[in-house]
Amino acid sequence: MNRTKGDEEEYWNSSKFKAFTFDDEDDELSQLKESKRAVNSLRDFVDDDDEDDLERVSWTGEPVGSISWSIKETAGNSGSSHEREQLKNRNSFSTYTQLPKPPSTYSLSSFFRGRWCPSQSLACSFAALSDTPAKSYAPELGRPKGEYREYRKWSSSLHTSSIFIWQVCSLERFRSLQDKIQLLEEAVSMHDGNVITAVLIFLKRTLSKEILFRELEVRQVALRHLIHFLKEIGDQKLLLDLFRFLDRTEELALSHYREHLTIQDPEKRKEFLKTCIGLPFSAEDSAHIQDHYTLLERQIIIEANDRHLELAGQTEVFRKHPRKASILNMPLVTTLFYSCFYHYTEAEVRATRRRKIPDKQYVLTALAARAKLRAWHDVDALFTTKNWLGYTKKRAPIGFHRVVEILHKNSAPVQILQEYVNLVEDVDTKLNLATKFKCHDVVIDTCRDLKDRQQLLAYRSKVDKGSAEEEKIDALLNSSQIRWKN
Amino acid sequence: MAFPHRPDAPELPDFSMLKRLARDQLIYLLEQLPGKKDLFIEADLMSPLDRIANVSILKQHEVDKLYKVENKPALSSSEQLCFLVRPRIKNMRYIASLVNADKMAGRTRKYKVIFSPQKFYACEMVLEEEGVYGDVSCDEWAFSLLPLDVDLLSMELPEFFRDYFLEGDQRWINTLAQALHLLSTLYGPFPNCYGIGRCAKMSYELWKRLEEEEDGETKGRRPEIGQIFLLDRDVDFVTALCSQVVYEGLVDDTFRIKCGSVDFGPEVTSSDKSLKVLLNAEDKVFNEIRNEHFSNVFSFLSQKARNLQAQYDRRRGMDIKQMKNFVSQELKGLKQEHRLLSLHIGACESIMKKKTKQDFQELIKTEHALLEGFNIRESTSYIEEHIDRQVSPIESLRLMCLLSITENGLIPKDYRSLKTQYLQSYGPEHLLTFSNLRRAGLLTEQAPGDTLTAVESKVSKLVTDKAAGKITDAFSSLAKRSNFRAISKKLNLIPRVDGEYDLKVPRDMAYVFSGAYVPLSCRIIEQVLERRGWQGLDEVVRLLNCSELAFTDMTKDDKASSESLRLILVVFLGGCTFSEISALRFLGREKGYRFIFLTTAVTNSARLMEAMSEVKA
Repeated sequence: MNRTKGDEEEYWNSSKFKAFTFDDEDDELSQLKESKRAVNSLRDFVDDDDEDDLERVSWTGEPVGSISWSIKETAGNSGSSHEREQLKNRNSFSTYTQLPKPPSTYSLSSFFRGRWCPSQSLACSFAALSDTPAKSYAPELGRPKGEYREYRKWSSSLHTSSIFIWQVCSLERFRSLQDKIQLLEEAVSMHDGNVITAVLIFLKRTLSKEILFRELEVRQVALRHLIHFLKEIGDQKLLLDLFRFLDRTEELALSHYREHLTIQDPEKRKEFLKTCIGLPFSAEDSAHIQDHYTLLERQIIIEANDRHLELAGQTEVFRKHPRKASILNMPLVTTLFYSCFYHYTEAEVRATRRRKIPDKQYVLTALAARAKLRAWHDVDALFTTKNWLGYTKKRAPIGFHRVVEILHKNSAPVQILQEYVNLVEDVDTKLNLATKFKCHDVVIDTCRDLKDRQQLLAYRSKVDKGSAEEEKIDALLNSSQIRWKN
Repeated sequence: MAFPHRPDAPELPDFSMLKRLARDQLIYLLEQLPGKKDLFIEADLMSPLDRIANVSILKQHEVDKLYKVENKPALSSSEQLCFLVRPRIKNMRYIASLVNADKMAGRTRKYKVIFSPQKFYACEMVLEEEGVYGDVSCDEWAFSLLPLDVDLLSMELPEFFRDYFLEGDQRWINTLAQALHLLSTLYGPFPNCYGIGRCAKMSYELWKRLEEEEDGETKGRRPEIGQIFLLDRDVDFVTALCSQVVYEGLVDDTFRIKCGSVDFGPEVTSSDKSLKVLLNAEDKVFNEIRNEHFSNVFSFLSQKARNLQAQYDRRRGMDIKQMKNFVSQELKGLKQEHRLLSLHIGACESIMKKKTKQDFQELIKTEHALLEGFNIRESTSYIEEHIDRQVSPIESLRLMCLLSITENGLIPKDYRSLKTQYLQSYGPEHLLTFSNLRRAGLLTEQAPGDTLTAVESKVSKLVTDKAAGKITDAFSSLAKRSNFRAISKKLNLIPRVDGEYDLKVPRDMAYVFSGAYVPLSCRIIEQVLERRGWQGLDEVVRLLNCSELAFTDMTKDDKASSESLRLILVVFLGGCTFSEISALRFLGREKGYRFIFLTTAVTNSARLMEAMSEVKA
């Protein structure tokens, strides 16, 4: 399935996708900016006119007179008559033109003649079984108006959905198991989920759950409807019984676990998660559940401790950087970030880290946290390793190009950026990053090392006039020591 | 730019009739509760309702105040309350609690619930259980087809996707069949029908049964829309999971088009307010760029801007009379164009900024590598890094799904490690999301001893052969191999191009993904239309796990004109993306077809992922 290396290179070197890049700021954006200037230059001329022809829009951006707008209005005012008056007035100049009454060109009645039954045979069998004559489905008609005549017919014919059958024909007639099952199978064969659920509700009421479950086990379509129905009405107990009966242990466990989402109180949630630990999850998921529990347990301790620290106002980091939100129920990585931010030197970081966080992810998170605090010394330490001879060496499991990007995002000073740009191994990437982040010395030195006079010359125009960088470039360009390649 | 249709392309039917029908039926229902009443509207129904009615129409029918249905006690003092809701259990509980609170306070009012597009028995059951069944009258508002554009009808039912493709609930099949029935009543009959997918097949069968019950009202009529194609979303998840790069898709991915309109924030409008903008064929600027690859949009807009400038410049050197003419005849149009132009330029700029920031180029490169199936290791570590850096949870999930489907599941080692890192980055409760994705077949693990197979064989031993067949069937629908690579090869989804793919002059539907991939769904439709059926596609159908689920139904007596045969209704069950719409519009222009799209909702990768997510953001 995988192609050889050669193929790949050929692929990326072929120019197929070079037609347009989202990185290509220079070309595309300038075009866009130019159009924008052109259009904006016209604005003065256009805006001095009244804008009657434009849709009138309220400050939220909803068109005035729209329903969404009106609901916001009702929500905004508590219904005083004065405000209502205002609302009325505003509506009166709503720009929506009133739509004309429908001309009765189309005769709907001719379309929708006759009554539809989803399954004639079934309907007949119901009719035969039912003592009460099928009451006709006639909605109480209020004030019949001429213009509605068509719709009354429409609503009583086409619109009669299949459920109508179930209302007029009492399902209570189906008492033998055989009848019930036949009813269910007939419902399934009609494909209408609403009807299937209707029959299931009836069966649930009139069959013991063992019998119901047993019959559904071999009727998967109906079974899925029952499961969804139980989830929707929140009959957790019956749902768990059903999974237990079906021996679907994983779904049983997950279904139980889902309940924790509804528990707000952190202590109670923690206790609930504890009950989930022994459930029959897959081995892999069991570990995740255990992790979830210990994470929350840890967070509760941190939260109590830090809230106290913050209120006391003695700790510098909390004073300088007040917490924006509680750490409760945050993901592990966020918790790690939090720990690296507020408790970097303490055992907290190590405790969080012990939770099987891969090295890469740890470095990314710690770097972001320490960089945000501008703790460059910590950043440095993060990448420094000592070999067995005691020499120090810089290593980054995420690649130094990523390090540079993260540092830049946290507005690290040029000196710091420079140091890490220099550590990027690939020369092209290094040059790109250095140019992007204006690390002049790196660009200049790299050009010198590459003996690329042309590029250096080009770069000269990008540095400030009369700056030290310009001098440095000039010195290099005039140097006779270097054997330029171009 | 904006290629014209072939001169012989058929005209689109006028779908505004659907809006009128819906509005009039709503008015009829409101009149069923005579007198002043307050109307409570479910949030999800507000935008669709806005598209067919407005406040003054409601006021004319004695609606006094409007409220949003939310879980708060009602402040309304009206004697009559009317609720306009989707058939959902939580709505029923809310209404029941209102009614019961009134009862406790000794207050009597009239209550009416209007379900849209239909009511469910389970909802009535809840009303019954809560003891308010007789106190509340129920009605249905069969508003299930909203014309969002001249060629796009939406059912506005995003929950269709989760309900069917995750939970296996068939509740919306009847709604869909009714909608098709309505269409065939108004614009039918449809002589040729094709479809693929289990849901498509069931909907088709139910729809046909509806038609049979009718006494052939449409039989004598000449067909307007000659062909209809039904397609399940799970036949092609890949396309829906890709990043979109045609303008309309990109606007949807970036700003979220909701019910045919978009909220452009201050960064787009370059003022301090947001603006709600309708995006459809009536927006002349938008209409010309909506189907274009994003790279073409800039040059188009700058050309437009220059033209506009020139038009305005003409007024210099005009005499009074000419100026008067200019102001009265042209100015309004120019102003409108100016407004639209500056909006779309603002939108482009904002998209560029966002995409550059998130390293879109790298992302697209990874997606293309996944689609082509090489460099899997590199893509996997790209995804891993995405997760480690806590880049948007939805995006990470989407990439994992794309990897899974294109590779027939993740190898167990990768699955474990990605899942673990995902839970660590975005929260342990996403365990539930992973379980959902596995059930839907979106994110699976390549496993030799599949657990499902074990259950299957165990169950089979217990029951008769016939029932066992049914079970196997049911299981296979949930956990099937995607076989994407083989399908891609068979259908030639990855165009081999020498040299540059010119996105300005697209040569095939692959342009919607920068020339890298022809959307599978659209390719299937193209092939079937060309072959007028599934002949010769057996292998593809088998690889799609749809052997029993691909169908053709051609009417014998051929009254259909060649023009109507080139008007094709495509029905997407579970949602379609703007990229697919653009691709088919392109195909239409090439072949002289016109496509009409009917979708349960317009979707994109983020919406699909959110539907699977158990944890609300």
